[in-house]
Amino acid sequence: MKTVQSSEITAAVKKLAMSASCDLEPDILDAILAARDREKSPLAKNALDMLVTNANIASREQIPVCQDTGIGVVFVSIGQEVFVEGNLEEAIQEGIRAGYADGFLRKSVCDPVTRKNTGTNVPAVIHLEMVPGNMLRIGFLPKGCGSENMSGLVMLPPSAGIPGVEEYVVQKVKDAGSNPCPPVVVGVGLGGTFEKAALLAKRSLMRPLGNPNPDPGVAEIEERILQRINREGQGVMGWGGVNTAMAVHMETYPTHIASLPVAVNIQCHAHRHKEIEL
Amino acid sequence: MDIEKHKPTSDKGFFENLKPVTIPFEEGILQTLKAGDLISLTGVLFTGRDQTHRRLVALLDEGRDLPVNLQGQLLYYVGPSPAKEGQVIGAAGPTTSYRMDAYTPRLLELGLKGTLGKGSRSMPVREAMIKHGAVYFATVGGAGALLSKSIIKSELVAFEDAGPEALFRFEVENFPAVVINDLEGNDYYEMVTAERLGVKYEKTI
Ligand code: SF4
Repeated sequence: MKTVQSSEITAAVKKLAMSASCDLEPDILDAILAARDREKSPLAKNALDMLVTNANIASREQIPVCQDTGIGVVFVSIGQEVFVEGNLEEAIQEGIRAGYADGFLRKSVCDPVTRKNTGTNVPAVIHLEMVPGNMLRIGFLPKGCGSENMSGLVMLPPSAGIPGVEEYVVQKVKDAGSNPCPPVVVGVGLGGTFEKAALLAKRSLMRPLGNPNPDPGVAEIEERILQRINREGQGVMGWGGVNTAMAVHMETYPTHIASLPVAVNIQCHAHRHKEIEL
Repeated sequence: MDIEKHKPTSDKGFFENLKPVTIPFEEGILQTLKAGDLISLTGVLFTGRDQTHRRLVALLDEGRDLPVNLQGQLLYYVGPSPAKEGQVIGAAGPTTSYRMDAYTPRLLELGLKGTLGKGSRSMPVREAMIKHGAVYFATVGGAGALLSKSIIKSELVAFEDAGPEALFRFEVENFPAVVINDLEGNDYYEMVTAERLGVKYEKTI
């Protein structure tokens, strides 16, 4: 049995929140650079250049990459041999609260009925998962809602098959237009049930860019959707070119014989994601 | 981070060869702006996003005065992150404009001449813009750290309790943007689509 103090969790989450907002991970920076090198449209290339400069300034001066520092999405994988001293959920929320206050991050969480801002950016959305072993892994994905709002879910009839799935994802990105700050990362959850598909789509965004799904059949679908999206040619910020999306991540789960759930979670180029192990 | 590797191909990037535009708008300047023009804004603007708009329109519904006179002004859709000690403002890039569509025609009636955000506008907003002689600009979403460098002064005007949705007055210098909707009803996003499809661009309005 390994014991983790709730104060350690709070400190780790605080650090994650602050650094995720200002320091982009190498995978997304590399993807933006690759997009820039591929880009032919001068305006889109300029915009990608701005994103590179923006990332540099953000990291150097510790200014958020984007003013929308998101609603926190926290993935916790807790080993069965881990004992948390104190309240796990409160420890995480406290870390978010402290990180958003001390990091001068924007507080963007409000009551859905009154629209009153909570003023602290809590609560974050927490997904807990029990895993074998003695590690506690915390993933943090501050989600901006320009892109989140463009997401969607459909319960397709099984007869629609993979062509129907691909069509839905491509159409979703097309309908989103320039709203989600393309170039985007597209998370797709395929299978399971209504809520499982949405969670798979969100979780797929935690997979570092440049890693296709390990199942070659699924990886092929990811690649095909990516090519189709980029042929649509909306491009960076909707200003044309070949970079509407940088990656498509698809995660699958077995589903009911009557069902084919597809969830699409759109993520912007300000793809802030970080993970730590305690 | 490896700054050298991530050096931009040009130090200026977006900031070259932009057409200078002063705000509030001078008489006759809007007629010269065409969809797709790259511009650089200098002067004074006001900010507002979802709750700001809701409150402004609520004041109008109650027959009360607004905290600012929008005549001839540019409204920037932004909810900045807080400034640290010594900063003018935190990150301050555009938010998605369609969420303001429900309120925009009311503000255009008051003489608002331009809006700045990202993403396309609804047909009713585009019609109202033509009717009232107003334009719509977009700037680069997700570049809030860089764009904050073009904001040289920030002042809270109203709705402080709304946090990032308060109404601010910004002084900006060489703030880059693209003209999306001009006075003639052209739409730059639709022009891009037409070019991709290899068809002649036709106005949809
Ligand atoms: S969609 Fe992403 S990059 Fe664009 S404003 Fe929102 S958080 Fe920022």
